[in-house]
Amino acid sequence: MRRLLIILLLVAAPVWAVEPGEMLDDPALEARAREISQGLRCPVCRNESIDESHATLSRELRIVLRERIVAGDTDAQAVDFMVARYGEYVLLRPDARGANLILWLAAPAMLVLSLGVGWATIRRRRTAPAALTDAEQAELDKILEA
Amino acid sequence: MYRRCDAPAILPGVGLRYVYCMLIELGHFALILAFGVALVQMIVPLVGAHRNNAAMMAVAEPAAITQFLLVGFSFAVLTWAFVTSDFSLKLVYANSHTDKLMIYKISGVWGNHEGSMLLWILILTLFGAVAALFGGGLPARLQARVLAVQASIGVAFLAFILFTSNPFLRLAVPPLNGRDLNPLLQDPGLAFHPPFLYLGYVGLSMSFSFAVAALIEGRVDAAWARWVRPWTLAAWMFLTVGIALGSWWAYYELGWGGFWFWDPVENASFMPWLIAAALLHSAIVVEKREALKSWTILLAILAFGFSLLGTFIVRSGVLTSVHAFANDPARGVLILIILAVFLGGALTLFAARAGAMESKGVFSTVSRESALILNNILLAVSAFVVFIGTVWPLVAELLFDRTLSVGPPFFDAAFTPFMVGLAVILPLGSMLAWKRGTLGRAAKPLGAWLILAVALAGLAFAIQSGHSALGPIGVALGVWVVGGALADLWMRGGRESWALRLTRIRRLPRADWGKAVAHIGMGVTIFGIAAITAWQKEDIRVADIGDRWSVGQFSFQLDEVRQQQGPNYVTTMADMSVWQGDRQLTVLTPEKRFYPVANMPTTEAAIRNGILRDIYVVIGDPQVNGGYAVRVYVKPFANWIWGGAMLMALGGALSLSDRRLRVGAAAPKKMAKAVPAE
Repeated sequence: MRRLLIILLLVAAPVWAVEPGEMLDDPALEARAREISQGLRCPVCRNESIDESHATLSRELRIVLRERIVAGDTDAQAVDFMVARYGEYVLLRPDARGANLILWLAAPAMLVLSLGVGWATIRRRRTAPAALTDAEQAELDKILEA
Repeated sequence: MYRRCDAPAILPGVGLRYVYCMLIELGHFALILAFGVALVQMIVPLVGAHRNNAAMMAVAEPAAITQFLLVGFSFAVLTWAFVTSDFSLKLVYANSHTDKLMIYKISGVWGNHEGSMLLWILILTLFGAVAALFGGGLPARLQARVLAVQASIGVAFLAFILFTSNPFLRLAVPPLNGRDLNPLLQDPGLAFHPPFLYLGYVGLSMSFSFAVAALIEGRVDAAWARWVRPWTLAAWMFLTVGIALGSWWAYYELGWGGFWFWDPVENASFMPWLIAAALLHSAIVVEKREALKSWTILLAILAFGFSLLGTFIVRSGVLTSVHAFANDPARGVLILIILAVFLGGALTLFAARAGAMESKGVFSTVSRESALILNNILLAVSAFVVFIGTVWPLVAELLFDRTLSVGPPFFDAAFTPFMVGLAVILPLGSMLAWKRGTLGRAAKPLGAWLILAVALAGLAFAIQSGHSALGPIGVALGVWVVGGALADLWMRGGRESWALRLTRIRRLPRADWGKAVAHIGMGVTIFGIAAITAWQKEDIRVADIGDRWSVGQFSFQLDEVRQQQGPNYVTTMADMSVWQGDRQLTVLTPEKRFYPVANMPTTEAAIRNGILRDIYVVIGDPQVNGGYAVRVYVKPFANWIWGGAMLMALGGALSLSDRRLRVGAAAPKKMAKAVPAE
């Protein structure tokens, strides 16, 4: 229960994500920082980006991220910097490498497959005779015999 | 109350007083009895239906009603314990407090694991009882089987609650006061979010029971589809309302106006919603054209399967999320077993029997049937996207030893195309004739709307700042879908004078109105989501008392910040005036509350709702150098998101009230054969 409370506290602490003091003066750089931080997961929270999280760690990460951007990192370099330290866990958009290909390709594959099945169904229904099914024929035979 | 039970029993009316202090035990006992009744209801009618024994089948009806009354009594007792703050009950102690507002004492009943499971079962038995009372039009064997299958779900969940999650456990020494409900849950939006979601989840159990009963029976026909559709419609409506309530709550409560997070718990309710939407559409095909039978059965099974999966996700906390209020793996395993038994059993039965569900209807490639197949493919695959994204972190960790996250950027990229595709085909598909249609004839009345959609999208692109395509695409899709629904209604008015057309349109069956309204709602929601995502403005700053600044066309002034005492919290409240030019629009009072009993702060954003935009302000912590952190948002068309959802639910309600579907209505009259025009 205590652990739960602590977690809830982390989750529900005042929603002060990006604080005025952290923000960069250059609006273009700040916009980039916001964009990147919306794609990075807060490592100690449940399903929150560091942009919307108010956890202390998130705040630190936001500041570090801004330092990298001011230092001249590209977006990709800044993200790689975070992944190098916290692992791919911080990526809210998983990369499409290795096993993750399954994740990214599952839906398109499923779509193609179901379109195929759907097309086959439509074709079959187009040509299917409106005659009696075997079961119905058997039933009819039984009735006629009786 | 506890004390009163200790008092010596020497007064008149002693017997009554004795019953009063035994109330909790009676509630507990009723629950155990309900388990027994459910067992009987599961077995006897099923055997009866198999042997064609009317007496055995007749057991189902009174059993379903008794089961509901017993669970209802049990639920009433638990509610009573919360209302009177009976802290001798462990559950009440852990989740309530005497200072809490009455409405939250009541909503506290389901604001916890045990109580919410009891609510789940209450709704399950309610649906069973309704099916028993108003199922008079059903063939006796089908009804007996449906109620038996429904009872088997009851048996599983009653066993679950009695053995792992009993809400009636007592404390030997009742404490003086409780530990209070999580303050985030003390909110009107969230108080009614779970009941609606559960009505939806559990409503799909009826569709499931009908599907399994049909599989046992070995036949599916138009009549079956007509019986199963109202249940699915009702469940889908409740899910729509429940999801919208949850999203609306997140919007105003979490303090930055996000309305959807692709959180596992949200996804858990969204997957059954998508599948139920597919099922609604495919059941129409079964009803009108006797095609897609086995697919419809499969959808009915999957829809409830996803509901069970949702219950599993929420109750086990296996996929950690903001919502995981119940972290108990043991319970999770039990629900997983229930899920495996029901889904596995139903799918096995499906594999064995689906072949017998021969479809009859013949239709050409271009037809309403084909369009609905495409609708079903898009909805089902989009549900699959949500599913794989939700479970992938678990799969990746178990199988590939990779700890990773799947968050909103994935879902936005992978899910959105399906909804875009759905919106594009919707107006065309819903205009196509059954059996054999022509694209040209369906597209003709839509031409004007297509032009309007593209023109308005161009206008939006010209007005907006920046080159984002999201907003304009949202405008185009919204206009296209809404216009398509209007054009559909208009076409059904015939070709005579306007007055005659309007009269005809007014007299269209409710089902047609329901279809139009629900589709309009879909268009409105799509537009709202695109608009708020593309065009919202945000401003974060430190403001001193008296500071004034502008965001977009509005300016804001921080007038005052003061401390106040609420019933069970203390609050820091700010007065912020909102101006448009020289005209003062309103004074907003955002708050930061602290709940001492739960030791939790919450943010209460202040929102001025508008049709065209919401103004959304949040007050933050005082700053070291003076002043307060303040956030201001201008959120265009925010209310359209939930307004659209309400329209969808309203469309469902209209459709549900159609004569054709009215539960218990006399046997449907034979549809008059349409005379071909040529």
